[in-house]
Amino acid sequence: MTSSRVRIRFSKHGKVRFTSHRDVARIWERALRRASVGVAYSAGFNPRPKIAFGLALSTGYSSDAEYLDVELDPDSEAGIDTENLVAALTASLPAGMTALAAAGLAGGEPSLQHAVTSCTWRIDAAGAGAMEASEALERALARSELLVQRERKGRLDTDDIRPAVLAAEVQGDITDGVRLIAELGTKPRAVRPPELLASLDPPLSILRAHRLHQWIATDGLQRREPLAVAELSVAGAGVAP
Amino acid sequence: MTNLWHRLEPLLPQVSKPARYIGGEHGMQTPVHGPGIVSWLLTYPDTYEIGLPNQGLQILYEILNERPDAAAERAYAPWVDLEAQMRAEGLPLFSVDTHRPAALFDVIAFNLSAELTYTNVLNCIDLAGVPVHSRLRHEADPLVGAGGHCTYNPEPLADFVDFVVLGDGEEAVGDITEVLRDWKTSGRSGGRSGVLRALARVPGVYVPSMYEPVYERGRLAAVEPRHPDVPAVVEKRTVADLADWPYPKRQLVPLTEVVHDRLNVEVFRGCTRGCRFCQAGMITRPVRERPAEQVRTMVSEGLRRTGYDEVALTSLSTADFSGIEQVVASTVDASGCGQVSVSLPSLRVDAFTVGIAAQIQRARRTGLTFAPEAGTWRMRQVINKLITEDDLYAAVESAYSQGWRRMKLYFLTGLPTETDEDTLGIAELARNCVALGRGHVRSPSVTVSVGGFVPKPFTPFQWFGQNTTVELRRKIGLLRDGVRRAKGVQLKWHDAAATLAEGLASRGDRRLGGVIEHVWRHGGTFQEWSEHFDLQRWQAAADACGIDIDSWVHRHRTFDEVLPWDHLSAGLHKDFLWQDWRDALDEVGLEDCRWTPCYDCGACTGYGIEHVVASAVPPAGGSQGTGMDTSRGAAVPVRLTERGLVGAAP
Repeated sequence: MTSSRVRIRFSKHGKVRFTSHRDVARIWERALRRASVGVAYSAGFNPRPKIAFGLALSTGYSSDAEYLDVELDPDSEAGIDTENLVAALTASLPAGMTALAAAGLAGGEPSLQHAVTSCTWRIDAAGAGAMEASEALERALARSELLVQRERKGRLDTDDIRPAVLAAEVQGDITDGVRLIAELGTKPRAVRPPELLASLDPPLSILRAHRLHQWIATDGLQRREPLAVAELSVAGAGVAP
Repeated sequence: MTNLWHRLEPLLPQVSKPARYIGGEHGMQTPVHGPGIVSWLLTYPDTYEIGLPNQGLQILYEILNERPDAAAERAYAPWVDLEAQMRAEGLPLFSVDTHRPAALFDVIAFNLSAELTYTNVLNCIDLAGVPVHSRLRHEADPLVGAGGHCTYNPEPLADFVDFVVLGDGEEAVGDITEVLRDWKTSGRSGGRSGVLRALARVPGVYVPSMYEPVYERGRLAAVEPRHPDVPAVVEKRTVADLADWPYPKRQLVPLTEVVHDRLNVEVFRGCTRGCRFCQAGMITRPVRERPAEQVRTMVSEGLRRTGYDEVALTSLSTADFSGIEQVVASTVDASGCGQVSVSLPSLRVDAFTVGIAAQIQRARRTGLTFAPEAGTWRMRQVINKLITEDDLYAAVESAYSQGWRRMKLYFLTGLPTETDEDTLGIAELARNCVALGRGHVRSPSVTVSVGGFVPKPFTPFQWFGQNTTVELRRKIGLLRDGVRRAKGVQLKWHDAAATLAEGLASRGDRRLGGVIEHVWRHGGTFQEWSEHFDLQRWQAAADACGIDIDSWVHRHRTFDEVLPWDHLSAGLHKDFLWQDWRDALDEVGLEDCRWTPCYDCGACTGYGIEHVVASAVPPAGGSQGTGMDTSRGAAVPVRLTERGLVGAAP
């Protein structure tokens, strides 16, 4: 089945994780052209390909759950076959970026930016062992608020991130620190892994962060990924780059 | 350790734009190192963003990697934040391809496109862990080489480089590879001096340590070969036919933003318009056009392979390419209207027509830049940029009539014989262009960019004493006043202090090496970047080395003065250049020899080569260097004027 919009899930590992969100957008524009995907363009003096990205991934972080939505040119969409598309895109992407899945989107599907409500992170941190970190995390989760300071336009703001820490646990020790798994909310703004670490007492410092999942809350406790990838063992893909 | 990635990786989260250090570009090669293979580290002595697009390095990267006896990787100057981390961690300069330490390469080869990068060259050598002075290097150290336009006066870097290549590098890198390969397989017989001696015999290769500068009364008297088998004059290399070199075939597509981030297809090399300030036009003669069919193939293949949505047809004056309209038209047709833009970065106004404008705007519209260079016809006769005001207005009107609202005009100030009237002529031209635009579009605008003129080696202006900083600033001040009330005119100008340092390096002799080293040792890297440039550092360095900046930069030279590059040759006869300098002072123009009989500048005759052009007549439109009345429309003058008559034209 063909659709005018296609959602693509991809991973970002290794050296290429040092590219920025803007770099990734440019990389995708070119990869789509190299793979001869007929992307729809905006009208006007400076036509732009109609590609929409989800939440930005900080420069330097890796991920198995990046997404983009591509609007296809109605004149060429008939030829899109999502299975071949995944292979063709991976061949066109730089080493370290892999297309994992692609699927047509239903007409009313909201944009990624709008729909995604939380992300699951694997966070490697320094500053404590597993035991100490577990206790710090427990204390943090037991509190009603977790205040972090952040600079915004030269002003220091204080935010309570506790409502956005949906789940967090210490997985264990690693060679240079400790590994945590945390699900952090993205509404009204995406809480970043270093903010969780900074809110702990004693605070931990970030070594690496890896996005395992993005989630869309459906109702109550139900949630789904933006692209169902049942065949993908995404959790198992959680090896260090 | 041959791969430094694991030491570099932990530093990257702490530096700006880490993507410039990761390599992984589309089109990156996988070089294989080994015995019997000569490894080259092609290095651009400025940031990745500036260096990656450099077409010269990309061409050599492919040519070398195609050879079974060579492997080439790339390096760029790390930005100051990473450099500080690297020095703290003891991490040396590395290639971005396989993160191989620079010192493991046989050759570290620099592209020299701008004099103000010289201190970065020293910094890169030092970061590589290689002695900065060539005389202090050991047999196991890499050879340090250089190519690019600045090597036509390599003397300021003579103490730091082992060899320099003059002219086109396509063939020379192969010859050098063979010398180095034989030397390596022979067990490095003759040592370092042996291989340098052998390199000095390769045509186009200059080995500074094989030459002795002689000074008399504080002035350079000669640069003489130390050995009988070393040529007294080193001649440049020129590839006879660009059709034999369809490179780059796999242009690198970076993962992060760089300048000129587009497909670049070189449509011709060399230019004989004869602009007297222009070093590129003098040293790259003759004109060698790429066959139109090859251009089309390189464009369509390149777009398909790279995924770029912009292609630039590059040369020193792209509108002069034979049949440019048809080539642009077929480029637009092939790439799909509206999604790919075509840019022509160097346009002469007398060859820019409504036809070209119409073709470009069928694709996605790009910026338009014209370079009248000077504000009055008198001044343009002096510099031999023979475009009339009518030429400019016709081109500007063509563009406005096709819907452009904005354009850029490039000018130079500080030119020989320039008067305040000439300077203010720039403001007048800009105002008139905006006024013309009002007839076609709403709120037209013109950005005027003014650079301070720096005399360059192997040009007729090589004898001219550069304007002082004070004088350049005064002229820019005049212009600022001149455009203050002009609606739609924006003025931008280069820092006159940087122009002074560039002038010093442009025509300095070997003694300038001390100044460059002093500036570098006192923290003066990235001198192309205004936030890092400080003239005080250069003045302090000149004082420390006993060099009188005024005499080196602002003094007019005489014909009998020995110039620091007299032992090098771009093919141009010195008396041709001198005659052209006299003609300049007499305000006499000189026509383009591509379409008229040869006047024996030496660039063709000396090397037994000639122009390769598809069309024997100038492109349509404008006065084509004649200064003739073009009010008849875009008709091409039937015949160009004879030498000496141009000045008398109306």
